[in-house]
This record gives sequence, C-alpha cells and structure tokens, in this order.
Amino acid sequence: MATLSLPLAFFLPLLTALAVFLVRARRAPWLPLLGALATVVAVADVVRQVAEHGPQVHHLGGWQPPLGVELYADGLSALMLGMTALVGLAVTLYAGPYLRGKGYNTELFWPLWLVQWATLNGTFLSADLFNLYVMLELLTLTAAPLAAMAGDRPSLGAAMRYLLLALLGSLAYLLGVALLYGGTGTLHLREVGELVGADAHTAVAAALITAGLFAKAAVFPLHMWLMPAHSNAPAPASAALSALVAKAGLYLVLRLWLWVFPVLLSTYMGWLIGALGALAVLYGSLQALRQPRLKQVIAYSTIAQLGYLLLLLPMVVIPAAAVHAWQGVAYHALAHGFAKSAAFLAAGNMLYSLGHDRLEGLRGLTPYLSITVLTLGLAFASLMALPPSGGFLAKWLLLSGAISGGQWPWAVVIILGSVLAAAYAFRVLAVAHAAPPAGYTEVRPAQRVPRIMEWVPLLLVLIVYAMGVTAMPALGLLEQGAPEGLQ
Amino acid sequence: MTQAAFYSLIAGALAGIGIYGLITQRHLLRRILAVNVLGNSVFLLLVALARRHPDYVDPVPHAMVLTGIVIAVSATAFALVLARRYYAETGLNHLPEDEE
Repeated sequence: MATLSLPLAFFLPLLTALAVFLVRARRAPWLPLLGALATVVAVADVVRQVAEHGPQVHHLGGWQPPLGVELYADGLSALMLGMTALVGLAVTLYAGPYLRGKGYNTELFWPLWLVQWATLNGTFLSADLFNLYVMLELLTLTAAPLAAMAGDRPSLGAAMRYLLLALLGSLAYLLGVALLYGGTGTLHLREVGELVGADAHTAVAAALITAGLFAKAAVFPLHMWLMPAHSNAPAPASAALSALVAKAGLYLVLRLWLWVFPVLLSTYMGWLIGALGALAVLYGSLQALRQPRLKQVIAYSTIAQLGYLLLLLPMVVIPAAAVHAWQGVAYHALAHGFAKSAAFLAAGNMLYSLGHDRLEGLRGLTPYLSITVLTLGLAFASLMALPPSGGFLAKWLLLSGAISGGQWPWAVVIILGSVLAAAYAFRVLAVAHAAPPAGYTEVRPAQRVPRIMEWVPLLLVLIVYAMGVTAMPALGLLEQGAPEGLQ
Repeated sequence: MTQAAFYSLIAGALAGIGIYGLITQRHLLRRILAVNVLGNSVFLLLVALARRHPDYVDPVPHAMVLTGIVIAVSATAFALVLARRYYAETGLNHLPEDEE
C-alpha cells in the first residue's frame, strides 16, 4: 500500500513507547533510539510522497469517513512532521546521557516522550475534529508529567497549573466541536469547512475552539503557565515542549481558521487575532529581558516567537500579502522549532555542567563549553532574524508580505520583535563571553558534558542555517494542498 | 420544548457551574471536580445532540462520549496523583496565586 507510512508515522513511536514500558529502558537502552530512527524513516517517506504525488490520504482500517478516521498529509503537515522528526531524533539522542547524568528516572521519560511524539505526528496527520480532540488531550497528558519530572515544588506547581488550564482548553475545544457536529453532522475537517456558514452558531463554535487552543498554545493572555512549566522541565523535555507541543496548538489554530472557518475570517476578525499575536511578541520579549535564569529567558522567548504565527490571519485576507505571509509563517514555525530546541538543549548543557543556569553565574563560561555557547549564539541569531539563518528568511517573507499588503502595523511588530530578541540574546551572550572579573576564581565546570550532548544541539541549529541557504525544497513542499490563493 | 433542547440547556447550566468553580475555587480537589463537571456538561450536550432527529439516534456522538469518558478518567487520575504529590511536597492544597 502506497500510503502506509502515514499510519506508521503515528504507530511506530506509540508501539515503541509500549515496548519500552514493558521491557524497561534499563534492559534495552537501544530501543528508544531504534524506534526514533524507524519513525524518522516513516516520516521521510511521507515527506517524499507528498512532495512527489501531492496530498496523501489514508483511511484507518479501511473505514471511510464519517465513521472512520482519516489521516491526511499535505505540504504543511509534511513540513511539521519533518521538523518533529529531526527535533525528536535530537531529543532522543540527547535525553539518555542528560537524564542519567542528572539523576532523573529514565524509565518514566521514555514512554512519555515517545507517546508525545506519536501524538504530535497524529495531530499533524488528523483530518477529523474529534480525533484532534483526543490528540490534544494526549498532548496534555504527556506534557504535564514531563513538566513535573523534577518532582520539586516549582515543577509540581507549574505542572498542576498547566494541567488545569490545558484541560479547560481541550474541553472548550470539544464543546466547539460538538456544536459544529450538531450543525453539520460531520467531523471531517474539510467537509465541515464546506458546510458551515457565517452564522452565529459557527461563530460561537469558532470562538470556543480558538480560545481552547489559545490556552494550550500559551497565546497572550493565556500564557501564564508556559514559563514555569517549560523552564522547570528537564532540558530535553523543555526542548520538545517549547519547539513542538506549544506549536502544535498554534498549528491547529491556523489549520482550522484556513480550512474550516475561512467564511468567518473577516478583516476585523484577522485584526483581533493578529493583535493578540502582536501583544504576545512584545510582552514575551520584554519579559525575556527581565528573567534571571537562562531557561526562563528561552521560555519567554517561546511566547514571543509563537505570537508571530498568528500574524498570518490578518494578512491572509489581503491578497497582496497572503502568499508571502503564508510562506513566512510556515518557515518561521520550522526555523523556530530547530532554533528553540537547540537553545534549550544548549541551556541543558550549562545546567548539566554548572548545576545552575543563573545568568550572572555564566560569566567566563565560553572556554569550557565553547561548542555549547556557539550553539546558543547561533540559535539566538536565528531568533533575532540575522542572515543567513532560516529565521531571517522567515521574517523577511513576513515583512515583505506586510509591506506589499500595506500592513504597516504588523511590519513594525515584526521589526520591534526582532530588535527585542537581539536585546535578550545579547544579554545572555555578553555574560557568557565576558572575562571573569578580577578576584573571581575560574568557573571550572563541575561536571564534564558528554560529547554527544555538545554535538547534537549544534547539528540541530545548523539545520536552521541550511534552511537559510536554500528555501526552495520547503516552500515547494508547502504548496502541496495549500488553500486556494496561497499557492 | 424537545428532549434534546431540554438536555442541552441543562448542559449549558452545568458548563457554567464547572467554569465558575474552576475560576473561583482555590482548593485543588475542588478545581479537579470543576473540570469534571465541565467535562460532563460537554458529554451531556453530545448525548442530547444524538437525539436531535425525532426518528433515530445518531451513534457518532455516543462513540465520542465513550472516548471522552476514558480520557476524562485518565486525566482525573493523573490530576489527583499530581495534587497528592504536590501536597506531600509543599503541604499546600492550592496553588500560590501570586506566582508568575
């Protein structure tokens, strides 16, 4: 069967999680990596098929919708799947030595992380509104335990707060789905999109769904849970949560507004959502400037960087801006995924080596962790959109969309966001590169960082620069199955 | 008033109670219960939707509710374990509200 790799992309990590849980990672330490490699192969096949033959459809168990669940992969799904596969492989390689060295319970981590990976793939592949609800709940139920893994006071409190808000969010989403089903009699994403009209009933459903997803994606003003939850998780989990899980919520916001609710997407509505995104960009960046710890800076930067994705909705209704904004936002999602996960893994190395990530304690660190500091610098350079990074290309596309569509307010937000990103990035890098003050004994790192933990984040961040050099493969893939007017 | 409309109204009232409880209560057990009340309101709405045709019952919402109940049970179980662990670690039964 031609499209078997679609279900495999979902089931391989899930089955690996089950196997790891049953035989215990202690007895088969190679098992998670094997499952990760198999998943990467399956995802690579999905990407290849979408690139060559256009969008792919698979009906699970041969059941047709409305009863069966449809898996659907278009260009956007393929890009998100590919990013998840590369970040996921890096997290899998990094997590083993990190968790063992820091004394975390790896038996707990592996099943949670692999189920989370399966769920992420499921989110990107589902074309069924109820199936997406199941995926959203599974994301919560894997992300909250990962955030709580340290088991101390801050991480447990953060996980609890995240869990309650995320459950509220997914129930709001389900309520919206119930209303849509009551109105249309189907749960299939594209069928619902064809059947709904611009009436009050659809508007209430859209509002519930959007608000629920905003809570899960930490969109301003529902962002309060993200910083403590992401900064107190173990570094590999932070990388997955920030680069992938929060973004999956925003991916669904964009997917649903462009495929299910385009009838509601007026200029006014776009501005409303775009304004929330702009507030997130400014608020997250300003907060990142004030944080005393590196992981807190990176977590607030996630709130800011995710805000850019919402700028698509106000620009997509303006034909002159639509295509560039669409490409820019998709590219930004990818570049941010690689840069942010690399930044969190690099921060993990500092935490691993020094036992803390307080900014003032990083002084004079560079000679000891040179590869890690380089990785962090490269990741931050992409977040502040310096050429030749993928982040630069993404912001450039967004900016040219905003300017050619005459959308000056968004252009100002994009530029201001990048300037603020530079400010919080240099605040960190300046400390790491500074010479230790007089009378300051050397910060000889207490614990040597295993070499693989230095190289994996560097390779991850180099992908962002490969994206900056050649954008054609990704943007060509994005055209497959894109909505009308965005090709 | 049809049966479906009657139960939908009750679902709306339950949803209101659930959201009110989640926002106003501080005790973790009460907040977990509030999430459950809210979840049940959504399930009730789905069951009511299944009867929106006078002649037959739509099976799809029933399947959704069954799946939803399974998820709600696992989420509640995890929330309770987390709350207990939080209590054991901090001696608190509520989250510190001023924490950023």
